[in-house]
Amino acid sequence: MQVPEPERDFVKLECNFLFIQLILSFTQYCDLVQGQGDLLMNLKLDAYAQKYMKKNIPHFEIGDNVDVILKIVEGDKERKQTFNGTVIAISGSGINYMFTVRRIVGGEGVERTFPIHSPKLVTVRVRKRGKIRRAKLYYLRDRVGKGTKLKEKIWLAQDARVSAELSEAAAKEFDSKAEPKAETKK
Amino acid sequence: MISGLLGKKLGMTQIFKDGKCYAVTVVAAGPCKVLQVKKSDGKDGYNAIQLGFEDKKVKSCAKSEIGHAKKHADSAPKSFVREVDWDGKDDIKAGQEITLSVLEKVKYIDVIGTKKGKGFQGVVKRHNFKGGPTTHGQSDRLRAPGSIGASSYPSRVHKGMRMPGQMGNCRGTVRNLEILDIDLGQNIIAINGSVPGAQNGYVILRKSVINK
Repeated sequence: MQVPEPERDFVKLECNFLFIQLILSFTQYCDLVQGQGDLLMNLKLDAYAQKYMKKNIPHFEIGDNVDVILKIVEGDKERKQTFNGTVIAISGSGINYMFTVRRIVGGEGVERTFPIHSPKLVTVRVRKRGKIRRAKLYYLRDRVGKGTKLKEKIWLAQDARVSAELSEAAAKEFDSKAEPKAETKK
Repeated sequence: MISGLLGKKLGMTQIFKDGKCYAVTVVAAGPCKVLQVKKSDGKDGYNAIQLGFEDKKVKSCAKSEIGHAKKHADSAPKSFVREVDWDGKDDIKAGQEITLSVLEKVKYIDVIGTKKGKGFQGVVKRHNFKGGPTTHGQSDRLRAPGSIGASSYPSRVHKGMRMPGQMGNCRGTVRNLEILDIDLGQNIIAINGSVPGAQNGYVILRKSVINK
């Protein structure tokens, strides 16, 4: 006796589905087993790099207008300098996290790239948020005058507060680390 | 004093020290087991210490490996076994564990490992030859080695002439690398710059020969 046509199709379909699932789970398993060595090793590496990472990191996004606060040493004196501009790129992760800030000084574009875990970087404060549609804002380099301005994004008060708290926490962490050095100088 | 230690390359990352950012290689070094002590006044005729790093599966060992590890040190067979120099002065016995504290007061080290294999390579990649010109009517000369010597005299190619061949997958040493950080608790050492070999490759860390 033959199985009616539609039912047969259904059985076929289900078989195919099961088969695909089987293959998928198998490939996932293979990936896991193959990648395990690398994974374990990277975990060790990451765990080591943690030692040099900051616990409190200020939060900002691409397109934000930010104040980057840096510690500058001139001779014996230390002072804090602010670099204001637009975040045009964020790259890397973990200890390699870097961000690029662009500003216009006297009609000339200036870009600086900072590692976020740098011991010279005090904190980053977000002033305004920008409306963007791209992950890297390199197109700003080709623009002059009014074109360099991004549309402002409306910011929830709560988000603003959280952002401010995060940058404050980063600044505090920086101060707590800097203290013992000042004592030794006395 | 032992002059070195065995380890495994974990990979590269960056660290901050004194306000500067350094590219470092992170190596998991030690603890190593002393498998054998060789003495100049003994059977061997020279001073050295044989170290073993990381246990090896007994299943994949030859009987001689198992026997050797058991004989002097009474330990499990090790997967990376190498000799390091020793001045013969300290009291070191087989079976003892050597940790990173050996390198604690050392500033510079040499790192020996197996370079990444590049296969059979031509002279441009292997010996940094310039290659031939691309223009002025030249053809098939782009990556050629050029002349390899004179004609009737000496009628042969001089020894040591640099030619194509196997590149990498051989022992390599990088000398004079600065130690930036030592973590005795985790048995991890951070070395300034790069080190021969792939990730997870075994390396020998030796006190610098030039910069003591």
